[in-house]
Amino acid sequence: MTILQANLLPPTAVFPDKLLLPLWAEIIKVIPEAEGVITLQLKFVDPQVHDRYRFEPGQFNMLYIPGYGEAAISLSSDRESASGLVVHTIRQIGNVTRAAGRLKIGDIVGIRGPFGTSWPLEAIQGMDVVIACGGIGLPPLRGAIYKIIRNREHYGKVTLLYGARTPSDLLYPAEYEAWQKADIDLQVTVDRGDENWTGRVGVVPMWFYHFRVDPHKTAVLTCGPEIMMRFVIFEALARRIPPGNIYISLERNMKCGQGACGHCQQGPYFICKDGPIFPFITLENIFNVEEY
Amino acid sequence: MIDKNLTIGSSVSLPKSELDNLLEDLRKMGYETIGPCLQDESIVYKGIVGLKDLPRGIQSEQKPASYRLIQSGKPRYFDFIPGSQSWKQFLFPPRQTLFTAVKDGRWQFKENEDQDHRYALIGVRACELAAIHVQDKVFLREDFSDPVYRQRREGLFLLAVNCLDPDETCFCSSMGSGPKHTAGFDLCITELDETFLVEIGSELGRTLIAERNFEFPSAFVQNAVNQSLEHANESILRKLDTSDLPDLLIKNLDAQQWTEVGKRCLACANCTLVCPTCFCWDATDSAEILGRSSVRERVWDSCFNPNFSYVVGGNTRPNIRSRYRQWLTHKLGAWQGQFGVLGCVGCGRCITWCPAGIDLTAEVEAIRAEVKA
Repeated sequence: MTILQANLLPPTAVFPDKLLLPLWAEIIKVIPEAEGVITLQLKFVDPQVHDRYRFEPGQFNMLYIPGYGEAAISLSSDRESASGLVVHTIRQIGNVTRAAGRLKIGDIVGIRGPFGTSWPLEAIQGMDVVIACGGIGLPPLRGAIYKIIRNREHYGKVTLLYGARTPSDLLYPAEYEAWQKADIDLQVTVDRGDENWTGRVGVVPMWFYHFRVDPHKTAVLTCGPEIMMRFVIFEALARRIPPGNIYISLERNMKCGQGACGHCQQGPYFICKDGPIFPFITLENIFNVEEY
Repeated sequence: MIDKNLTIGSSVSLPKSELDNLLEDLRKMGYETIGPCLQDESIVYKGIVGLKDLPRGIQSEQKPASYRLIQSGKPRYFDFIPGSQSWKQFLFPPRQTLFTAVKDGRWQFKENEDQDHRYALIGVRACELAAIHVQDKVFLREDFSDPVYRQRREGLFLLAVNCLDPDETCFCSSMGSGPKHTAGFDLCITELDETFLVEIGSELGRTLIAERNFEFPSAFVQNAVNQSLEHANESILRKLDTSDLPDLLIKNLDAQQWTEVGKRCLACANCTLVCPTCFCWDATDSAEILGRSSVRERVWDSCFNPNFSYVVGGNTRPNIRSRYRQWLTHKLGAWQGQFGVLGCVGCGRCITWCPAGIDLTAEVEAIRAEVKA
């Protein structure tokens, strides 16, 4: 069984040798995505910083809003898209993210990052890819989708399983057609339909019953509520997909992003620095331990 | 001219009154001299001038959930075992302003002009020095170097003291950290009633001693010191068997004992605050009422705080059982893989200062017994 390691990239943004000091970035565009979800497109105020800033899909920034604090937010695009802007899709659910929802074009926020591991898009070339995500779990994978589309010939069958609570909670619906045109098998499901919904109703992991996977050449990338990922992993393992080919993005309380403050520890790992993306094989002994 | 017989590694007998002059010399060199003082019926670490500030003739009596000071009447200044405070607070301040964001048209950062500190720590015990070495591995890594810690650590002067009368909660000998100092200090004192035997550990230490009225120790003094050190080592009765750590804890996350200890633990966070190696911190923001500025601070945090693991939707570890398990499996388990050492030095503070008297050595033993059963 081959074990593919998630890519650990050194942070490329140069941030000052001052503890937790962010760099300012200006909001170029605010896109309402769904009820309580917005996308911010950002540009570093210092053009040199902006030019040097590099990241890979799956990594995250610490977003700082003066007076409110910081939140770990994944990058929801990739460097080559969105005119090189830094893109964050944010669910307004906490103190900082709700403040982010009130920001307007021209406002500035602080950014530290990028932090963490990224989706192993080079390592899984040549394989079929199942992307399984739920709710706000799609944004951390959108950059990976863009990258796969740009290098579509390097991947086999690509399936995107995406679930949301209701049809109006679906993110990025305007892009689905382009994804499908790029030969991505997009399967959307919702927990509750509305009067116009003619698609599937149900949970993401159940989609595994609707298609066949070749376990020896399939990689799974999953991000969403932990309970969803638990069952995605269950279904993937049941189909003999090796645990080294299942990649999972974890969420924990994070304050520093550098494995220093201690909050995001799970077993031997600092999720912010050793994750957030892990090959499931490295989590096998701890993922199912209650409250660990 | 410095006596050529005075080398790093050599020991001298120093009249106790000479410590005042030595501290005076350190202050002239720009050091803040920090040492143990009697305050609020406890030993605390703070700025000292000389012998008059030290707790003369004071011993401590420590047991699980119990700390008392007693008058020994002995003419000794370092006869006690350290209290709740450790030197951690000087290298890793409990509250530290990082920066202030100021809205002046646009938001700007006003960096905190952190004053550089050169501390001379007076009376560092072997377990405490070991704890500093553990925190070095946490704060000064290849991939993360804490600027606050680094500045304070690099300028540090360490005057060590060998423990001669360990308390009931001490178990440094199990962790290989004490009671005797081996290396890493500038000067190391072993205290007798009449004199300090001082071992020189650095060039700076040698220079300081050379200025003082010392003599080379008589066979009598040397012998008395050796006997005291041996006695100290033998008097440590508390043991922690580390032979099967970290696996014992990491592989038994479902042990019944976690539930049992979870019932006694109050999650008060005392153990993490008194621990000389615990390093977790939080960052908080305080906004000015009109929203024109906001101060960002780093403060000590504890894995026993319910909000420590908060993410939207709840806490990862809502039950105390899981928080105690997190603390112990990190300290005596995951720490090894993360930093190459265990996170415990055997100082016993977490036993003394636990209001419920929870003793981590007993908890490890109970898990071991449960697994074997």
